[in-house]
Amino acid sequence: MSILVTENTKLAVAGITGREGRFHTLNNKKYGTNVVGGVNPKKAGENVEGIPVFGDWETTVKESGANTAMIFVPPPFAAQSALEAAAAGCELVIIITEGIPAHDELKLYNTVKRDYPNTTVVGPNCPGILSPGKANVGIIPASFFKPGNVGVVSRSGTLTYQIGNELAQAGFGNSSIVGIGGDPVPGSSFVDIIERFQNDDETELIVLSGEIGGSAEEEAAEYIAEHVTKPVVGYIAGFTAPEGKQMGHAGAIVSGSAGTAAAKAEALESKGVRVGRTPTQVAEIAIEILNG
Amino acid sequence: MDLLEYQGKQLFGKHGLEVSDGKAVTTVEDAVAAANEIGYPVVVKAQVLMGGRGKAGGVKLASNEDEAREHATNILGLDIKGHITRTLWIEHASDIETEYYASVLLDRSAKKPLVMFSTEGGIEIETVAEETPEKLIKQHVDPLVGLSKEQALDIATQGNADEDVREGVADALVALYTVWIEEDASLAEINPLIVTPDRQVKALDAKVSLDDNASFRHPDHAELGDKANLDPIEVKAAEQDVVYVKLDGNIGILGNGAGLVMSTLDVVAQAGGEPANFLDAGGGSDAAKVTQAVEIILSNENVKAVLFNIFGGITRCDEVANGLIAAFKSLKPTVPFVVRLDGTNDVEGRRILEEANLPNVQAAKTMNEAAEMVVAAAKGNS
Repeated sequence: MSILVTENTKLAVAGITGREGRFHTLNNKKYGTNVVGGVNPKKAGENVEGIPVFGDWETTVKESGANTAMIFVPPPFAAQSALEAAAAGCELVIIITEGIPAHDELKLYNTVKRDYPNTTVVGPNCPGILSPGKANVGIIPASFFKPGNVGVVSRSGTLTYQIGNELAQAGFGNSSIVGIGGDPVPGSSFVDIIERFQNDDETELIVLSGEIGGSAEEEAAEYIAEHVTKPVVGYIAGFTAPEGKQMGHAGAIVSGSAGTAAAKAEALESKGVRVGRTPTQVAEIAIEILNG
Repeated sequence: MDLLEYQGKQLFGKHGLEVSDGKAVTTVEDAVAAANEIGYPVVVKAQVLMGGRGKAGGVKLASNEDEAREHATNILGLDIKGHITRTLWIEHASDIETEYYASVLLDRSAKKPLVMFSTEGGIEIETVAEETPEKLIKQHVDPLVGLSKEQALDIATQGNADEDVREGVADALVALYTVWIEEDASLAEINPLIVTPDRQVKALDAKVSLDDNASFRHPDHAELGDKANLDPIEVKAAEQDVVYVKLDGNIGILGNGAGLVMSTLDVVAQAGGEPANFLDAGGGSDAAKVTQAVEIILSNENVKAVLFNIFGGITRCDEVANGLIAAFKSLKPTVPFVVRLDGTNDVEGRRILEEANLPNVQAAKTMNEAAEMVVAAAKGNS
C-alpha cells in the first residue's frame, strides 16, 4: 500500500515555474510520479516541459483532476495557496516552503480542520513524502531508498536520509518516508502519520525521528502505547542543545525542562519504544527487530 | 526574537494596554534628564534579556535626582548573568495594590492560542503552575474567532480577579491578545499586571517574543531586540544567511539540515568531544557559502578541530568538496578537518577531496567514524 503518496497520486504544484519548484517537480515526474499540472496566476496557459500551468487551484483541480497539491511558493503566499488547494478539493496538501509565519500556519491548520476535514496537510518546512517505487512528492533524494516494509516519519529531512540510507545499506527498504517538518504548527503530527502506518499492510516497522522542542514525541509515545501493535523505533536529535537557543528549525527550541531530548527519549522508552542514541543505532535496532 | 522590556511596553501601548510613561536611555546624563522630566519617584530598570534583574541589583527606586544619578551610574554596565546592561528604562513609579499575571502564547500541542491568567503575579509563573496550579487559569482561543470580551471576562472571573477590576483585566487580556496577533508574537506576557490603589489595571513589565518568519510584514521590528548583547559571530552568520549558534566546546561543526546538525552534535558529544557550535549550511553549498561558513567557525578561537558532516539531498557533495578547497585557499586554516560526504554525488566529492590533498584533512566513511576521528584530532591539537 504505502501511505498518502501512491501510484494513484495526481500531483499539481504551486510554484512550478520557480527555480526550485520546477527542478523538484521535474525530478518527481522523472521518478514516475503522475504530475498533472501547475499553478501560477501570471503564467496560466503556459506549460513546464509539457505540464500545463493553470491560473488558480480551482481551475487546476477541475481541468487536471489533481488530488494532491505541492506548495513551493514563497512564505508570504504559501499558506493561502495551501488553503486554496484544500478548498479546490485536493485530499493531500504538501507544503515544502520554509519560513512561513507561525500565525499563518495556525490559521491554516484551524481553517482546514473546520472547513475541509477530509484534507490532509503535511508540512510546512518539510521534505515531502516518498513511497519508493511508486511516487515521490517533494525534495527527498529518492535514489537512496528502495521499496520495503519500514515506515519512516521525521521532523528533519537530512536526518531521514541518514537513517534511511543506513537501513538501505543493510538491505531494508521503506513503505513510505514522511517528512512532517520542523515548524511550530505542522499540518500533520507524528500521531497522524503513525496511525496511517499502523493501518498500512505493507508497513511492518515504524521509525519515528524526532527532535527537541514541543511535545509531539511525548504525544506519540502515549498514542503508541494505546493504539500501535507494530514495533516502533525512535530517535531524538538535540541532546547537546543548550536551553533557550533555537537550532535552525523554528520548532527546535528548548525552553525550560519540557521538550528536551532526554525527556522525549524517556517518554518513548517508558511506553516500550526502543530509542537509538545515534542514527546508526536506530538502523541497528530496526534490523534486529525485523530479523526477528 | 526576544524584546527588551521597554520595547514590549511600547508595543503594549500601541495596542491600548495601560503602561507607565517612560524613556529608554543609554547614558547617566540622559537617565537623570529623563527622571527629572518624568517626575519622582521613578524606577530605574536595567534592560537585558535575562530574568532576575531585581535580585541582581538592576531595578532601583529613585525619589530624587541624586538617587537617580547614583542608580543609573551603578546599573549601566552591570553584568546580569552574562548580559551587560547598556540601556536603562526610566519610568514613573507605580503604586501597587495587587499583582496579577497574564500571558498569551501558542499551545503547539492543541494548535491554538492559549491565554493564561493568575492572581498570583510578581513571582515566577512556573512556581505558580507547580505549587498552586488551581490559581493558574488557562483557556484556549479559537484563532479564527479571536478573544472576545466575553471570554476575557470569563477568564478574569474564573481566575478570581477582584470583582471591581474584572472589566479592566478583561480589557487588558483582549489588548494583550491583539498584541500577540497584530505583532506576530510567539509570546506576550505581563508579570506583574498590577492593580493600583485607584483600581487601574496596568502592565508593569513586558516579555514579548516575535516570530522572525513574519518580519516581512513588520519592517518596524528590524530595530527591536537586544542588538548590543548579540554574539558578533552570530550576527555575522545571520547576515550571511547561515544558521549558527555558538557553544562552549572546541570542535567546530558544519552540516546540512538542522536535524542532521543537531544529531552530529550529539554523536560528537557521545564520542567524548565538545561541540563549539551549531552550523547549518542549508541546502545549496557553493564555494562562497562554504568559505563563509568555515570563516565563521574559525572565528571562534576555541576551535581545535572541525567536522564536516554532509548527507547530500539538495546539497551536492562535489560542490561541498570544491567549496572546502576554495576555503582552504583563501583562509589557510591550521586546525585539522575531518570530512564525511554521503549522498548526492558523494563518489565525485570524495575523489575531488582526495586529489586536492589538502593539508590536515581526513576523510571519514560514516558519521560515527567521523565523530571519533574529530574528537581525537581535537585532543591532539590542544
